[in-house]
Amino acid sequence: MTQTIDTKTIKHVANLVRLGISEEEAQKFSGQFSAIIDYFNMLNEVDTENVIPASDVANAENVLREDVVKPSMDREEFLKNAPQSERGYVKVPTVLGEE
Amino acid sequence: MQLTNLTIQEASELLKTKKISSVELTKETLKRIHDVDKKVKSYVTVTDDLALKQAKQADERIAKGENITPLTGIPFAMKDCISTRDVKTTCSSKILENYVPQYNATVTNKLADAGAVLVGKTNMDEFGMGSSCENSAFFNTHNPWNLNHVPGGSSGGSAAAMSASLATFTIGEDTGGSVRMPAGFCNVTGIKPTYGRVSRYGLISLVSSFDCIGPMTRDAYDCATVLEAIAGHDEKDSTTYNSAVPNYTKNINKSVKGMKLGIPKEYFVAGMEAGVESSIQEAIRTYEKLGMEIHEVSLPTTQYGLPVYYLLLFAEASSNLARFDGTRFGLSKSENAKDVIDIYLQTRREGFGDEVKRRIMLGAYALSAGYYDAYYLKAQKVRTLLRRDFETAFSKVDILLAPTCPTTAFKLGEKTSDPLEMYLSDIYVVATNPAGVPAMALPCGFSNDMPVGMQLIGKHLDEQTIFQVGHAYQQVTDWHKQLPLI
Repeated sequence: MTQTIDTKTIKHVANLVRLGISEEEAQKFSGQFSAIIDYFNMLNEVDTENVIPASDVANAENVLREDVVKPSMDREEFLKNAPQSERGYVKVPTVLGEE
Repeated sequence: MQLTNLTIQEASELLKTKKISSVELTKETLKRIHDVDKKVKSYVTVTDDLALKQAKQADERIAKGENITPLTGIPFAMKDCISTRDVKTTCSSKILENYVPQYNATVTNKLADAGAVLVGKTNMDEFGMGSSCENSAFFNTHNPWNLNHVPGGSSGGSAAAMSASLATFTIGEDTGGSVRMPAGFCNVTGIKPTYGRVSRYGLISLVSSFDCIGPMTRDAYDCATVLEAIAGHDEKDSTTYNSAVPNYTKNINKSVKGMKLGIPKEYFVAGMEAGVESSIQEAIRTYEKLGMEIHEVSLPTTQYGLPVYYLLLFAEASSNLARFDGTRFGLSKSENAKDVIDIYLQTRREGFGDEVKRRIMLGAYALSAGYYDAYYLKAQKVRTLLRRDFETAFSKVDILLAPTCPTTAFKLGEKTSDPLEMYLSDIYVVATNPAGVPAMALPCGFSNDMPVGMQLIGKHLDEQTIFQVGHAYQQVTDWHKQLPLI
């Protein structure tokens, strides 16, 4: 079964992952995605009736510890990498509502 | 004696007996990097000053005779996805081009505590996404055996640096073959440990349920030495095992006679380069001569390993890479941004390369409504079957042997235009990561003058057997001692 992934779908998923893309890029990715997804469809051949999906790694068990307060990274140190900061906070443009 | 060609074991002996100093060894290494790496281009950052400072400290430690470990004074390089405080950590991505972490990864701390000397950070496919190192946003790394060929990926810089004697050992990271595949291409030994054996704290995540940090070295003995130093429980990574780390080198000389070596028949199919196949067959005969019992085994889900691996990678990577949003660290593009979404869109568009864009979009696609069951969930089910394959095989044999790649290192540019073709070069190395089992690559011959690698795949947490079987082979062969003329 061949599945075409059109540019509309590409733009939709690009938006889901917050990726700005151009029309040309959407077209290029559309062709490549169709080939890749088509290859992945081979998984349909595998009988997975009654198979439990792996959701963890082999040694998965709950790891609990006391909730002890410890010093964390110094605020000034943390903000060294922030593109913009003000009064000890990371600064970004308006997130909610009107300015 | 060329100091840069020494194994860890040899260099450590000379350091401890004060025949050489760490400063001397480190200077030689840095000199060679500045001479030779113009051609190989394995380093993204060379840390001359830090290295010399650490080397001096190591020499003082040795002079005092205090707390000397097998890695004290030994120069090493780290894949650039592992955090190093005050040293740029880029993942070979534009989005992290100027990122300087404020903290160390647990592995970085452990190596510093052992007295190892960091000489630099190595090139990689951007965020570990690639099989040739050609997806680095900065430059291509070249295979020291033939500069027109790729070193493999994604830990191509670590493999090439090790191969060209530009460090005494290197640290790589293996999400789906990223240590073993380039190790095979560059004629070095490298292990992907059991998932959870080495802490991932401070590793920039690609696929959180696959990622494994592992050493790349001249031989199995050195590999055991480094793994011993970096493995162990870490309260900062809840997936690490609590069990004690064995003294791998202590029992490495034990005979392999009578042990059962499994050959998975699904790994020997049409399309394998003739010289690769003959080298692997020769290695099997060597093990037969060493007294191992050879058994054919079946891993029936093998051909589905690649789609399982890539689908789960896309899905996990698409959420893991959401953190690169241009607000707290890394590249930030906010020209005329009306809102925070604009910053995300612009930063990620400019900061990520094509392969990263492809994979995070494919991940969102595989996880999105209507496709989740068909792709993500289906892949997790087949992952269960992959894991069962290994369990069944290991109920019959002690260890498995397989090639690391169907071919030797391909040429630069040969596969860049077709992403799917590039994915297919990972066919032999990807299945172990969804299953979590450990595997080590080691040199086993040459085909058309390029190195051939094989891998030994072991049971969960049984790195000991892998080292023992790898070491036994390297006692009777000298492929691992062959160095490129560069």
